[in-house]
Amino acid sequence: MTHRGSRVLHVGSLSRVEGEGALHLRVKDGTVEDARLQIYEPPRFFEAFLRGRAYTEPPDITARVCGICPVAYQMSACQAIEDACGITVPPPIRNLRRLLYCGEWIESQALHIYLLHAPDFLGCDSAIGLARTHRDAVERGLRLKQTGNALLELLGGRAIHPVNVRVGGFHRAPTRSELRPLAEQLRRVADDAWETVRWVAGFDFPDAAVDADFLALAAPETYAIESGTPTVLRIDGARGGFILSSFLDHVREEQVPHSTALHSRLDGRRHLTGSLARFAISGSRLSPVALRAAREAGLGDPADGAVCRNPYRSILVRAVEVVYAIDEALRIIDAYEPPPRPYVDVPPVAGTGHGATEAPRGLLYHRYQLDGDGIVTDARPVPPTAQNQGAIEHDLLRIAQTAIVNDDAAPFPRPHGRPHLTSRGGHHARQLARRERCHDAHRRGRRPRRPVQGHRQAHGTVEGQRPARGGG
Amino acid sequence: MTAPTLAVFKLASCDGCQLTLLDCEDELLAVAGKVRIAHFLEASSQVAPGPYDLTLVEGSVTTPSDLDRVREIRAQSRFLVTIGACATAGGIQALRDFADVEEFTRTVYARPDYIDTLATSTPVSAHVDVDFELRGCPIDKGRLLEVITAFLAGRKPDVPNHSVCFQCKRRGTVCVTVAHGTPCLGPVTHAGCGAICPAYGRGCYGCFGPSGSANLPALIPLLHRDGMDDRDVARFLRTFNAAAFDKEVRS
Repeated sequence: MTHRGSRVLHVGSLSRVEGEGALHLRVKDGTVEDARLQIYEPPRFFEAFLRGRAYTEPPDITARVCGICPVAYQMSACQAIEDACGITVPPPIRNLRRLLYCGEWIESQALHIYLLHAPDFLGCDSAIGLARTHRDAVERGLRLKQTGNALLELLGGRAIHPVNVRVGGFHRAPTRSELRPLAEQLRRVADDAWETVRWVAGFDFPDAAVDADFLALAAPETYAIESGTPTVLRIDGARGGFILSSFLDHVREEQVPHSTALHSRLDGRRHLTGSLARFAISGSRLSPVALRAAREAGLGDPADGAVCRNPYRSILVRAVEVVYAIDEALRIIDAYEPPPRPYVDVPPVAGTGHGATEAPRGLLYHRYQLDGDGIVTDARPVPPTAQNQGAIEHDLLRIAQTAIVNDDAAPFPRPHGRPHLTSRGGHHARQLARRERCHDAHRRGRRPRRPVQGHRQAHGTVEGQRPARGGG
Repeated sequence: MTAPTLAVFKLASCDGCQLTLLDCEDELLAVAGKVRIAHFLEASSQVAPGPYDLTLVEGSVTTPSDLDRVREIRAQSRFLVTIGACATAGGIQALRDFADVEEFTRTVYARPDYIDTLATSTPVSAHVDVDFELRGCPIDKGRLLEVITAFLAGRKPDVPNHSVCFQCKRRGTVCVTVAHGTPCLGPVTHAGCGAICPAYGRGCYGCFGPSGSANLPALIPLLHRDGMDDRDVARFLRTFNAAAFDKEVRS
């Protein structure tokens, strides 16, 4: 079919995403020329007001960048500041950090799977709508999410913006007996996590492949979460990496006019962080139970280097990561002995420190410069959102193009399963593409093949920007 | 009778307070049975136009367009509740109020001219009438449920404005200031979190903002006694509710 003339299509407010954004496509003669993900989160200026703060403050302050991944911010901040001060925390504290992080992974991935993403696959507006037809599934998701939150609440004091994290460790370490009921709860939901893998494996996934390099942390013995070395898997299969202190030499942020989140590129190329990247780079280091879950999900055998590039199928990897995080949390709890002190002293040292951890949505890097009194003189957090934006816009463009060319007749537009603002971009791109087809059909005086469904949001916020630096 | 409509809006914020609603795992589906969710972008792609019976607003006003938006939201809302430190006090991003926002913009963005921002980060109540303010960074989920329940029952929410000290006593936590000389904002901070920081061995850092009976001038000498200098005290008070604590210092 033909599409004459140039049109610009908008989704004014993306829904079921974390953060605020809009999607714009420019279509000329049936060709999608440009896809823009406009992030209009108002700027909050963390980099600016962190200057002059004490070196003990960034964990609590930067947690407030993202209410959905505060632990990630706290962990990257602690690691960067300890690095500046020349301190490495002992293994028991590191294990507790990993345990806390498992809580955030379980909570956040369950939120993403059940509340943000699954409704797309099943033709619903929300998890609440989904509960009318799939009550058991939604309740299972809420149980998993609640268990992640229970872990965060015990170790962190509360689930959102935990209070127990400090530079050097924790204010207070839990006792073995406090962890016991939590272990019971984790064992109970391990079955729910498996059921999640089977459930999402039954969804219908369109073909697609991310056209970008993968970037994730890698650790020698384990699936990297709370530390690791930045590792790159290029689209041609070449594997590389770089030392953390050179992160900003490789990942360069630039500003684009249509978004308040900075865009970044890895060595000048599009790159993607998050579940797909982690699975491709560290999949072989998953625990035996998570490896089985990956095979059962149809992701192939990570031990043989299975790579999944289909962004729709990232929901499968998230489900496997929930299985892993529960297994890992139980392993840490079983071996747990309270550290002699919940934290190590970290006297301030003038210098620069780097930290990077795997937020549920991808690699989160922090860099701080401190003066001799421990005052922050420069702060640079690089969230996964910014890193992923270029790759996602490119994918959205291709998805919209394919949908227009194929006159895609899927009964319900399927999602692009992606971190943060972008998590549901594919869904919106296909929606827009469908409107374009309907518009075209109307002009040619015949009814569209299907009524235009969805797209109930206000179409607006065109060029008048509502700016900010996006979250994690 | 049709169910009352619930709308959730976000201004400058981290998403954490609206996430608190989704964190009510045991109650979420029950709440959804009592109200009709008409606008909640984080949770639903179904968006119905106003007016709304109960509107929750997260985030502070930091851009010219949000200034317009907050008036529009007020006009569309029968009962407007602001949730969290950003919406009730300006949030952490209100630290720009004590600095030069143009310098901030230049620091973060290579092209400051692309950025449209106000010099201040202000609570929603600075611009429109607000029916109830729920404090906290983040808000407490028990209190959020209380606000929704009270609205549905047509009564005033039972959210006391006493200090964190009351909650420590109730919880049986030994006072970290008295016992360990740890600087703590508990005596001047609005209760609601459950006094978690002292229970974890650290001083309260004031994320719920000043309590109804805060006597901040009396607390400052104690902070000095426990080892804080003037700059430490200024930083301690200027975090998530900076302007609100500043006002208490001057009073």
